[in-house]
Amino acid sequence: MSVIGSPVSRVDGPAKVNGEAHYAGEFAPKDLLYAATADSTCPAGTIVTLDTRDAARAPGVLLVLTHLNADRLPYQEPAERVAVDPVAGAQLRVLDGPAILFSGQPIALVVARTQAQAEYGASLVPAPYDADPPAKLRFDPALAQPTSEAAAKKKRGPETRKGDAEGAFARAPVTLDERYRLSREQHHPMEPHATVAEWTGDRLTLWSKTQWVGNERDEIARRFGLPPANVRVINPYVGGAFGSSLRTWPHVTLAAMAARRARRPVRLELTRRQLFTFVGHRGQSEQHVRLGADPNGRLLATICEATGQTSTYEEFAEPLLGPAGATYACDDRLTRYKLVPMNVNTPCPMRGPGWATGLVAQEMAMDELAERLGMDPIELRLRNYAERDPMKDLPWSSKALRECYAQGAERFGWSKRPLKPRARRDGRDLVGLGMATAIYDSGRYPTSASVALLPDGTALVRCATADMGPGTYTSMTQVAADALGLPLARVRFELGDSTFPPAKEHGGSTTMASVGPAIQEACGAVKAKLAGVADGAPITDFAAVLRRAGLDRIEAEASAKPDDAMKTHSINGFGAVFAEVRVDVDLCTIRATRIVGAYDAGRIVNPKLAHSQCIGGMVQGIGMALFEDVEWDEHLGRVSNGTIAEYIVPVNADIHDLDAIFVDTREPLLNPLGVKGVAELGLCGVAPAIANAVWHATGKRVRNLPITPDRLLTA
Amino acid sequence: MTPFLYERAADRQGALALGARAGASYLGGGTNLVDLMRETIAHPELLVDVTGLSREIEDTPEGGLRIGAGVKNTAVAGDRRVRQRYPLLAQAILAGASAQIRNMATTGGNILQRTRCAYFYDDAARCNKRAPGAGCDAVEGFNRIHAILGASPACVATHPSDMCVALAALEATVTLEGQDGGREIAFADLHRLPGETPEVETQLRPGELITAVTLPPNGLAARSTYRKVRDRASYAFALVSVAAGLELEGGVIGDVRLALGGVAHKPWRAHAAEAALKGRPATESVFREAAEAELAPARPLRDNGFKIELARRVIVDTLVKLARTEETV
Repeated sequence: MSVIGSPVSRVDGPAKVNGEAHYAGEFAPKDLLYAATADSTCPAGTIVTLDTRDAARAPGVLLVLTHLNADRLPYQEPAERVAVDPVAGAQLRVLDGPAILFSGQPIALVVARTQAQAEYGASLVPAPYDADPPAKLRFDPALAQPTSEAAAKKKRGPETRKGDAEGAFARAPVTLDERYRLSREQHHPMEPHATVAEWTGDRLTLWSKTQWVGNERDEIARRFGLPPANVRVINPYVGGAFGSSLRTWPHVTLAAMAARRARRPVRLELTRRQLFTFVGHRGQSEQHVRLGADPNGRLLATICEATGQTSTYEEFAEPLLGPAGATYACDDRLTRYKLVPMNVNTPCPMRGPGWATGLVAQEMAMDELAERLGMDPIELRLRNYAERDPMKDLPWSSKALRECYAQGAERFGWSKRPLKPRARRDGRDLVGLGMATAIYDSGRYPTSASVALLPDGTALVRCATADMGPGTYTSMTQVAADALGLPLARVRFELGDSTFPPAKEHGGSTTMASVGPAIQEACGAVKAKLAGVADGAPITDFAAVLRRAGLDRIEAEASAKPDDAMKTHSINGFGAVFAEVRVDVDLCTIRATRIVGAYDAGRIVNPKLAHSQCIGGMVQGIGMALFEDVEWDEHLGRVSNGTIAEYIVPVNADIHDLDAIFVDTREPLLNPLGVKGVAELGLCGVAPAIANAVWHATGKRVRNLPITPDRLLTA
Repeated sequence: MTPFLYERAADRQGALALGARAGASYLGGGTNLVDLMRETIAHPELLVDVTGLSREIEDTPEGGLRIGAGVKNTAVAGDRRVRQRYPLLAQAILAGASAQIRNMATTGGNILQRTRCAYFYDDAARCNKRAPGAGCDAVEGFNRIHAILGASPACVATHPSDMCVALAALEATVTLEGQDGGREIAFADLHRLPGETPEVETQLRPGELITAVTLPPNGLAARSTYRKVRDRASYAFALVSVAAGLELEGGVIGDVRLALGGVAHKPWRAHAAEAALKGRPATESVFREAAEAELAPARPLRDNGFKIELARRVIVDTLVKLARTEETV
């Protein structure tokens, strides 16, 4: 019986609960030293002097590195940039010179015998700055520049056109013309980023929080001018990341630099405040949406002009206009994408990168259009249902969005929703219902995996992928058990080591589609090898076969890669998200009391994990809609609420009834498992569904997310 | 964190002797002070741990309750006498922080917790409270959570405690001990408005230790409530909060207490509103007048103007609800 499709509990759950699971910062090689950084307090300019004498004399301090004494590293260019890196610009070279590019940039690294000594030493490094040139600190769409050619090659702006959208908009009998803003957000995983670096001669081992051990190995090898084989990156467990550990950030370089100079292993763990300035964020955005429709709700023009945020030294452009291109049928369409370069650390992908952000504007705009048409929001979406990908002009590989609308609406009780806003009241609460479409593009990467059949009767499966929380350990164990015909208990899956067979990034909801098929291939290969020596014995008896043959293992490695389906078809996950909110009529406090998501994510390998993924996305969507707001001080060029107490994320008391259902589908082209990926999709559409529900409850449109009580009160 | 010495006080005299040393700070649960040390905002040279002292809740001969400064917030909120006779205080404490923090935090420490102003917490920003005379980045910066009442050009920070708003409404007194002896002061007089010296937050003299808070016999138990509006349902500081107690005699307001949180540098006793309520009929229009009277001097900053309207609504709504409440005791 197939174990794929079963709600298996996490195989790594017990280790995480009882403390056997070791996270990057918990590895402690012998003679470990501790590091902390002093960071710039000025957003742009030059360090005038750097007096490290007090820090060097502080108790326990062994080493202080600054741009004055740090090694100049070669920073070799890659042949081709990986998808997780910004499309253009030059990455921050830490301790490479006196130039300051953003407030929070590390300017000194202090290594000491204890963490507290290192932090105290770092607090003793004063740095006067020459604040020239003036910093660019305002997120003002008027200062935005079109995205570059490099971005255009990746279909990230600056402009896409089909037909005559502006003309069609001008002629449309029903129009909408609004701007939507989303605040900057931080990933804030439970586990802060940390790296432990140890050199043995010219070989470097890094225990480092990452969603991609292979890229961290290659990136650090290039930065230090080493052969990649000299670098090993180990990271068996990731305590959440949401995209913040896709890139190899400067703290990894710092840890390795310090360990080389100190000739001892060094640990560098970021503080909660440093997570705002070291490891990226979802930048601020404004989207100007213009929709034109006929009186029956058929879209005649869709125009979305988006402004994002990037740093002054790199161009971070993301697929923010994906939804505007792919969601609804419309012949006349236009998208534009600009970025405001600012003295900030470079943004990076954050769950549902681009798509979740784009959906905020698009799905709120569609709700407003439905209001103007006096039409049910689902009906408006069905009237513009895209039977092909309208922007790429390709057929979908599979699409069950209609079923998502129908099954989600049924589960949620959408049919009882009054069309008019402010129509339901329960005591002090105004009750509102809203919905939104979810869409995310699916992907798959070439991947390798190995399987070893061992004398103890277990199979050891390995791949250099990661598990930041979705349950890779568990789902891949299921795939391998199925392919080998073994019970789960006899399969062990290992990941998070760059010496394992290579995988690409654990991101973009690609892991199941990429790693799963590689494991299937490797299992097939090892079974073929076993057959060669087994004399017809069943696979379950391989321990006996090994004994008879005098072998200590039978091992095979295999690869799997996508075919050209992604070129001939548009492959996306879809969903419909429904939200109920209750708004205190006077105090304007909002509770998201009920959320239902119905998803077409292809085949579901583990319904328990997938459900967990999606309700986790709903929690994050509640944060996006109602709470999360990095307060960027335009005068100081600093985040003002840089703590986890003041950067508001949902807590348990904010979470009520969440449910996710999966329509029964199987993706025919992307991969043999039939999956399309779940994780990114789980955030998509949640925030606009909540925002639309707030309108339905109150009659007020708040187009700046998050919708905090003050914004609703003054709307 | 700057290196420091740690001493655990064995008794009150020992604590006061240690507390008199230069650079000494008393340490309660540490839920705020240790945070400030880790953020390099506070740099005490000596921490005098007083959590072993003043750990009793006792009835007073007058019929009140005396709460030792070392009693944990959880213990106060869970005390049967507090819950029955001073439900306002129990509600206010439970509206604050998280269960874990309340388990650590002491009564004295709660009273002396520092503002949550982001610029106070960021040593790269200017703050007159941290560095007197440096200037204030909050006035032109993010000041959504800042004061609308009693602020000064030097400081617009708010006091973050929920418990203290209830203590202000309950007319508690605070017992202070110093090496020169003890004294009692009204709770309302303990915290100061910022004026030109926002770094001086209370009337405490150097080395003085809060040893107890005394609640008077009247706990407003019949009709009282604590309402808090915050950004999320738990573990967030008040945007605006109200502690209210009401006595009604045939539809006419007798004794009334009203205090506001999240609006000023100190727990804000709403004397103007109380004066506008006493002896008047308990109607919504009277409540509205009282709220207007209290908030007339309110001055908004860039981001916190909403608090004026929000405070008005919370005051009126809370009083309406209280007036309708059947007496519970």
